Amino acid sequence: MALLEVKDLKVRVEEREILHGLTLTVNEGEIHAIMGPNGSGKSTLSHVIAGKPGYEVTDGEILFKGEDLLAMAPNERAAKGVFLAFQYPVEIPGVSTMNFLRTALNAQRKARGESEYSTPDFLKKVREVSKSLNIPQDMLKRGVNVGFSGGEKKRNEVLQMALFEPSLCILDEMDSGLDIDALRIAADGVNALHSPKRAMVVITHYQRLLNYIVPDVVHVMSNGRVVKSGGKELALELEASGYAQFEDAA
Amino acid sequence: MPAVQETVERVKRIDVDQYRYGFETLIESDKAPKGLSEETVKFISEKKNEPAWMLQWRLEAYRRWLTMTEPTWARVDYPKIDFQDLYYYSAPKPKKTISSLDEIDPEILKTYEKLGIPLREVAMLEGVEPKPGDQDPNRRKIAVDAVFDSVSVATTFQAELKKAGVIFMPISEAIREHPELVQKYLGSVVPTSDNFYATLNSAVFSDGSFVYVPPGVRCPMELSTYFRINERNTGQFERTLIIADKGSYVSYLEGCTAPQRDENQLHAAVVELVTHDDAEIKYSTVQNWYPGNSEGKGGIYNFVTKRGDCRGDRSKISWTQVETGSAITWKYPSCILRGDNSSGEFYSIAISNGYQQVDSGTKMIHLGKNTSSRIISKGIAAGKSQNTYRGLVTAHRKATGARNFTACDSLLIGDKCGAHTVPYIEAKNSSATFEHEATTSKISEDVLFYCIQRGLTQEEAVGLVVNGFVKDVLQQLPMEFAVEAQKLISISLEGSVG
Repeated sequence: MALLEVKDLKVRVEEREILHGLTLTVNEGEIHAIMGPNGSGKSTLSHVIAGKPGYEVTDGEILFKGEDLLAMAPNERAAKGVFLAFQYPVEIPGVSTMNFLRTALNAQRKARGESEYSTPDFLKKVREVSKSLNIPQDMLKRGVNVGFSGGEKKRNEVLQMALFEPSLCILDEMDSGLDIDALRIAADGVNALHSPKRAMVVITHYQRLLNYIVPDVVHVMSNGRVVKSGGKELALELEASGYAQFEDAA
Repeated sequence: MPAVQETVERVKRIDVDQYRYGFETLIESDKAPKGLSEETVKFISEKKNEPAWMLQWRLEAYRRWLTMTEPTWARVDYPKIDFQDLYYYSAPKPKKTISSLDEIDPEILKTYEKLGIPLREVAMLEGVEPKPGDQDPNRRKIAVDAVFDSVSVATTFQAELKKAGVIFMPISEAIREHPELVQKYLGSVVPTSDNFYATLNSAVFSDGSFVYVPPGVRCPMELSTYFRINERNTGQFERTLIIADKGSYVSYLEGCTAPQRDENQLHAAVVELVTHDDAEIKYSTVQNWYPGNSEGKGGIYNFVTKRGDCRGDRSKISWTQVETGSAITWKYPSCILRGDNSSGEFYSIAISNGYQQVDSGTKMIHLGKNTSSRIISKGIAAGKSQNTYRGLVTAHRKATGARNFTACDSLLIGDKCGAHTVPYIEAKNSSATFEHEATTSKISEDVLFYCIQRGLTQEEAVGLVVNGFVKDVLQQLPMEFAVEAQKLISISLEGSVG
């Protein structure tokens, strides 16, 4: 079943059109990789799906579980199950990770009409989840991402993904700023969260990440459109021949 | 719409008229005639049954005040105050002498109820009738000396404090009952000639708290006073004097709210603290007075002089303040570090919104050897407000080894507000070590979006970020106040984002 349907999406930032009619369908349980050179619109797509301010959709639509995603406020999208793992997770000084996780989780539950977690129930859950991802407890006591290494920041994103249980995870250039060991740890976390109901959209420049998170479908973006889609072998092909061949196609 | 843009839009629409505590209580009151003259001063002194020396003290202050002019150096702007167009004294008409809470005007108790201050509950739960054997040692007690308008109408916990030898009473009573202490200390930290508003206060102060903690005594409970302005056009002139004798400790909590007003209200309080050898005073304030409406009309003018004198060696004074209200705030809780090895602290959160103007900070005057001070100031400006930190750190020639650390952080919400930092640093000896750090930041769109992507609303996101920003200071508040302060911060943020 289609989880996410992006249809002929056109997006402007200020006066410049960045996406020129992009179409993409992601089904439940699938892992999609979106590859492409800098400036091809990969991050714009992830931002528009998540609802980041500053983008103007001029045409097309996005359906999520059959509903009009663009009509929802960004926090409603989160409560519906859209999760964006940020390329550069922000630091929030003075707010402990634990407090942040609880506030966010309860806000989502409240928005869905579910009961909020009590403190003991929440603590139990967060301990379970962090243990399963090998995340040390002391990380939870520190300010959100404050003084975290690149690897820790990405693991914090994976922890939130595990805790909020979204149905769509968009990983925006998760590999940037990570060494190979940190990358493997983060990718292991993502793989552990993959399930038949949960889809992943992995945005990346490099094939490297796809050695660890193996996609069902690979899309190549160039100049604001998907110019080619294929199986995981497409990523290897790109690694060998580069993006230049698609610049002309777009 | 970009997040910050949206915040700005919302801030534009703020309606401080929704001020939560804007209500009046109808009770009979007993007023001095309008305006200020020697007669007014005599009227007040007479109302208080004051001894002749006290009246003399007031009159000297009044005569001094006549020669003084209003200070204009602060970064605040307001229409000239007509000091003859104000009432200087107003008291609820006492029906009889009060010995228990039951005898208090129910209207007054109702007011406290609306404020969420469970005076009655506090009294019952915490000590008026303690159940024998049912005391939780972890539960700290709060003694409430409630100030309603200008007169203290309820004083609780006297018995237990008396047992410890602590004197905690309205200053009007202390003037009659402990004249030797009041005469010795009143005006010894903030002299009657100190500044325009302090001098005015000295002439017409109505009431306030008096605390004396004898040598070696750790005050068995937090002392707390709630102030509230209720009478139209009545300036409030509180006078508080706290003395911690050798080796003693006391924590004093002050909280203020005020009802909604059209006309500006003048408030000029004076607080004096004295610590002797090895003594410590911790003074905490949560201030939430009417800030004026969405056009900047009305609101309290708050001109406060708060100063502590670390008179003894190794003594300590710590100020913590959470300032969210008032149209104009002019307030610099300061420490004179006179004793060797004495230390002073100033922790401040100042939130301004709408058209509020805050000019606040501290002075750390290092006179003794090896004195140390610490200043942590967090200013948050939203709406069209102006928020200034003004601080002075100075080391006297003899203050060898003086140390200060200052951190001033400002957070801006929207682009119509201003944050300003004006630090003065003077070291008159080469062994002093002064550090100053300052940052100014805007609440970042990326941070807000991160929180919103995780399910928070815009308002919740701002609240979370701001509470994180002020955390270092909130932690300094006693537990009871920390909760109240967090609530106040959310209330003022409700105004700032819609």
